[in-house]
Amino acid sequence: MTVISVLLILSCLLLLGSSRLHVAIRVVAAQGLLLGVLPIVRSAENLHVAILILGLSTIVSKGILLPWLMNTCLRLSGIRREIEPFVGFGPSLLCGTALLGLAVWIAVRLQLPQVPLILLTSSFFAILVGLFLMVTRRKAITQSLAYLVMENGVYGVGISMSLDFPFLVELGILLDVFVGVFLMGNLLFHLDREFEHLDADKLTELSDLSEPAPAGEERV
Amino acid sequence: MELFILGCVIPVVLGLGVLPIRRAQTALWVATLGVWLGCACAAIPVVSVLTGHDLPLRQMAWNMPGGALSFGLDGLSAFFCLPILLVAPLAALYGCAYLAHEKKRLGPVLFFYNVLTASMLLLLVARNGLLFLIVWELMAVSSFFLVVFDDEKPHVRQAGWTYLVATHIGTAALLVLFAILGQQAGSLDFEALAKAGLSPALASVLFVLAVIGFGTKAGFMPLHVWLPEAHPAAPSHVSALMSGVMIKTGIYGLLRLLTLLGNPAPAWGWTLVVIGLVSGILGVAFALAQHDLKRLLAYHSVENIGIITLGIGAGLLGLTWQQPVLIVLGLGGGILHVLNHAIFKSLLFLGAGAVVHSTGTRDIDRLGGLIKSMRWTAVTFVVASAAISGLPPFNGFVSEFLIYFAGFSGARADAPQTVVLAIGIAAGLALIGGLAAACFAKAFGIVFLGEPRSAQAAGAREVGPAMRWPMAALALACLGIGLLAPAAVQTVLPAVRVVGHVPVTATQEATVLPTGGIAKPGLAMAATDSDEPSPRPAALTMPPTEPTTLAVRSLAAIVRVSAGLLVLAVGLFVIRRHLPRGSEEVATGTWDCGYARPTARMQYTASSFAQPLTDLFRLVLGTRKHGGVPEGFFPPPATFETHTPDTAREHLFAPLLRLIDRSLAPLRRVQRGRIHEYLLYIAIVLVLLLIWKAGGRS
Amino acid sequence: MKIMPWALPLAAWILAPLMLGIINRVKAFFAGRRGPSVWQLYYDLFKLLRKASVYSRSTSPVIRVGPAVVLACMILATLLLPWGGLAAPTTFTGDIILLAYLLGLARFATVLAALDTGSSFEGMGASREVQFAALAEPSFFLGMLVLVLHFGFSGLSNMVAGISLETWQTSGVLLILVACSWFVLLLAENCRIPVDDPNTHLELTMIHEVMVLDYGGPDLAYVLYAASLKMWIFAALVVNLLVPMRSLAPWLQAPVFLAGIVLVMVLVGIVESIVARLRLQQVPKILIGSALLSLIALIVRLVG
Repeated sequence: MTVISVLLILSCLLLLGSSRLHVAIRVVAAQGLLLGVLPIVRSAENLHVAILILGLSTIVSKGILLPWLMNTCLRLSGIRREIEPFVGFGPSLLCGTALLGLAVWIAVRLQLPQVPLILLTSSFFAILVGLFLMVTRRKAITQSLAYLVMENGVYGVGISMSLDFPFLVELGILLDVFVGVFLMGNLLFHLDREFEHLDADKLTELSDLSEPAPAGEERV
Repeated sequence: MELFILGCVIPVVLGLGVLPIRRAQTALWVATLGVWLGCACAAIPVVSVLTGHDLPLRQMAWNMPGGALSFGLDGLSAFFCLPILLVAPLAALYGCAYLAHEKKRLGPVLFFYNVLTASMLLLLVARNGLLFLIVWELMAVSSFFLVVFDDEKPHVRQAGWTYLVATHIGTAALLVLFAILGQQAGSLDFEALAKAGLSPALASVLFVLAVIGFGTKAGFMPLHVWLPEAHPAAPSHVSALMSGVMIKTGIYGLLRLLTLLGNPAPAWGWTLVVIGLVSGILGVAFALAQHDLKRLLAYHSVENIGIITLGIGAGLLGLTWQQPVLIVLGLGGGILHVLNHAIFKSLLFLGAGAVVHSTGTRDIDRLGGLIKSMRWTAVTFVVASAAISGLPPFNGFVSEFLIYFAGFSGARADAPQTVVLAIGIAAGLALIGGLAAACFAKAFGIVFLGEPRSAQAAGAREVGPAMRWPMAALALACLGIGLLAPAAVQTVLPAVRVVGHVPVTATQEATVLPTGGIAKPGLAMAATDSDEPSPRPAALTMPPTEPTTLAVRSLAAIVRVSAGLLVLAVGLFVIRRHLPRGSEEVATGTWDCGYARPTARMQYTASSFAQPLTDLFRLVLGTRKHGGVPEGFFPPPATFETHTPDTAREHLFAPLLRLIDRSLAPLRRVQRGRIHEYLLYIAIVLVLLLIWKAGGRS
Repeated sequence: MKIMPWALPLAAWILAPLMLGIINRVKAFFAGRRGPSVWQLYYDLFKLLRKASVYSRSTSPVIRVGPAVVLACMILATLLLPWGGLAAPTTFTGDIILLAYLLGLARFATVLAALDTGSSFEGMGASREVQFAALAEPSFFLGMLVLVLHFGFSGLSNMVAGISLETWQTSGVLLILVACSWFVLLLAENCRIPVDDPNTHLELTMIHEVMVLDYGGPDLAYVLYAASLKMWIFAALVVNLLVPMRSLAPWLQAPVFLAGIVLVMVLVGIVESIVARLRLQQVPKILIGSALLSLIALIVRLVG
């Protein structure tokens, strides 16, 4: 479990530092796989079918299906394969360090008994990184990616608290994500046709307000 | 004690005596004699205190408001005297040659130099709040007059003005501080103040005031704004004294106050640690971006004050966590760094002064190749550069090692806060050290190595013996403390005891440890203290309560390695010369990748050298670039320059002062320049006071 | 004086050039060439020692003293390295701090000697070297802190002697993280791909190699030998972390240690063959990343 947590943290840092979209998608897919293995590892002693199904479904949905969707989006829309950040990658990594500290602090301060702290830490970190990526990355597709990272974090927190809890929440969130991805895909094509660019930042041009709204926050 | 006071009086008296003397040479030597005599007198009691004798508190017959006129010399004061006693005379001697060709009358500058020296000494022994403040102010004012020595230049006047404002903001905080403290204790004597029994909340308020008041003098980020202005403006030997020694009075004040405030709260320690890290890292980052040699050095003072504060912060946290190792080695490292920094920073300023003296420019990018014409200056400068970068075998490494040692041995896996501190110390100090090495590679490399970049640099000549010898002495001190590290640690312990309240154990054992090996040939380093690795985890075999012994033992080993390093380096050099054809040399041009006509201006400049690092810190530095790349086939001449203003000054103080200025504008109506009106105000206030007092009586 | 501890530095002094030969052979293998003999560096060193030297007219004694200082630092640094159960000839609490600063002193001397020539190429290399070093040092110290937390603060010999198979079972993640972090430093500090290219000194890769452009004869021999020792030092640190020496029989320790070092060299060769060199702007990122690896290890130690 420690190994999985560490890999989760590392994958989040990789997301902060990488400039390639397809790398980012692959990393998120890897996160999905990790999270799928997680419930199985956590209950290695009394493994039963429900947990196996939970794990496998996670692997299929987060590790395979969603990344595949994203990749398809990426290919079909033909956008440039680079992530365009508002905050550079080096500073992003430094912010990531701060977020890591924050995650540790939160995890320790919650003082939940019977919860593996390291897993809680890494999950909180994933949530924070997801939020950070959403705010600081320009493209719409990175935003849905970031949303997925955050969702992974929520899932991780759920797993670390209890094994049954995530099932319900998970279903709801996954639905959200699917809708989000489809909406985004739709949006991407329309944007592409209308504006010949896919910067969520430039959605502000649609606004009636004379002053452009602060960039990159509202939509997912 | 009388001897010490005499030591303070002599320089002032001789300084006064200098004022009417017209012949520059005589005046210089008389004033310098004063400093030397004074420091010699003061040195006797200082040495006796540092070797373990106690001096009783001396109360003069006169009383002052709020207590007695009392002086005392304890371990803390005595240790802080050391930098003054070492640097002030050497810098004065240097000043003799530096000022010899001045056209101006030298009386005032000599007088104020002597007053500054005396007031710093007096400050360290003052044991009464009011006396402390008076001497503090005396020190500030005398140094102000030294800063504005070249008062015909507008930028010098501007710098003096900045310094005056900054130092008085600090003094204001101290005034409030001592007023509150005195009110609580009923007296301003330090003895009484220590027994004031403050509530924790009030103590914290006082601590904040002390950080502002003393931090302004010491140069904590972001209160440092006066340093990069005032140090370059002052004559170099004065910069050496101010930057090397005077700013340390801020550290002394803070430590002294901590002895009065009772048990420190954890937040104090963290505050100092954070201030230390911020000052350290940003100080060196700003230094990297500078082109003015003396301004660069001034920013390095901020950096080193950061290191000192980091050590003291660790010591305070040790006090709250009851960890002797943090107390002794954190405080010890911080305080020892005070002495070390005084030595190498004043040496660097003297070196910079020598460069300015012989080339007439402080712009690093106009210098170069000075090592060939100024060999002494270059050698001492490189020693100081290595020392300030914390490299062995010089003194900077010793104090930084102690702070690392404190952080590492204080870290316990079951106490996360100790680990956070250790991360701060380990990563912070390593980063500061790396950046400082980069910055001094730039400072030394661009100024002294390569080819001269301007006619001034090409025409440089070595400075005279009165300027060379003080530099050589300080360089020897850098090496000396590096090689006598265990003894140096022993000297700090009395000071640590004053602040740390804890009995320092096992120093006796430490003193008998062999500090030798210096005379031994390098490769004969015996494995005397190499314990065979024990089968148990090492943590259990190490007694945690004897930090000094362990650290001293490590330092003794480091001294052996350092000595080995010196011997080995010399040996390898000699071997290399005695290889079959080792002494054959062919002289040619620098390899230029086939380019036919290289010029000196094509060398890497200081700005280009530092550019990758300043780019990393661009968010805080806010470096501005003017000019750009040439365009087209036949481009017109292009220029490019960078300029890094002080962020704190531009974005914190300037808006703040503008705000104050604007909000107080209505008050200007009161001030119309008519003397009668002012007299009227005085009269009104007087009458009102009388009425209030009389009314209160009934 | 005990004889045995000296075996280690002696091995380093004799074998270090061989290791660079191994890397070159691995790289040649991947490139489909036969490559130079593994002993090539020894031939080079002997050849250079018998030569006279050429100095630029711009230089001062700094460039003449520089190589001696660099080599002295490296030789002394090897005295601080243990292997498994065998302590280093000099070990004391906090020796690893000295180790880091000896490397720092060597770097300072190299950089100054480079600036001494007045060449803008060497200035460029020096500038990049100090930049990357400033970022690499925190990473090294954080890794050190992980070891200190886990094994207690004492000499390096004592700390690595604590590593055994049980350590691997309980906290192998820590060791792997720190070892990875230090391996990145090994690549960065020894001017290896993906940070720098040891074979060229084109403008794009100018870091270490370009700083030593103006050396020749015995000076170059010193510099090359010192570089091979530096490689050995970093490799020894990584191997000490990764191989649980204490669980081995004493007679096995030395061969395993040497095999470990060879393996690290092979790994370096493979990395150099299959990874593309990073753009210079990316290098700070991987150095920060290396520091983060150690930071994660610290977090694992604290909350795991």
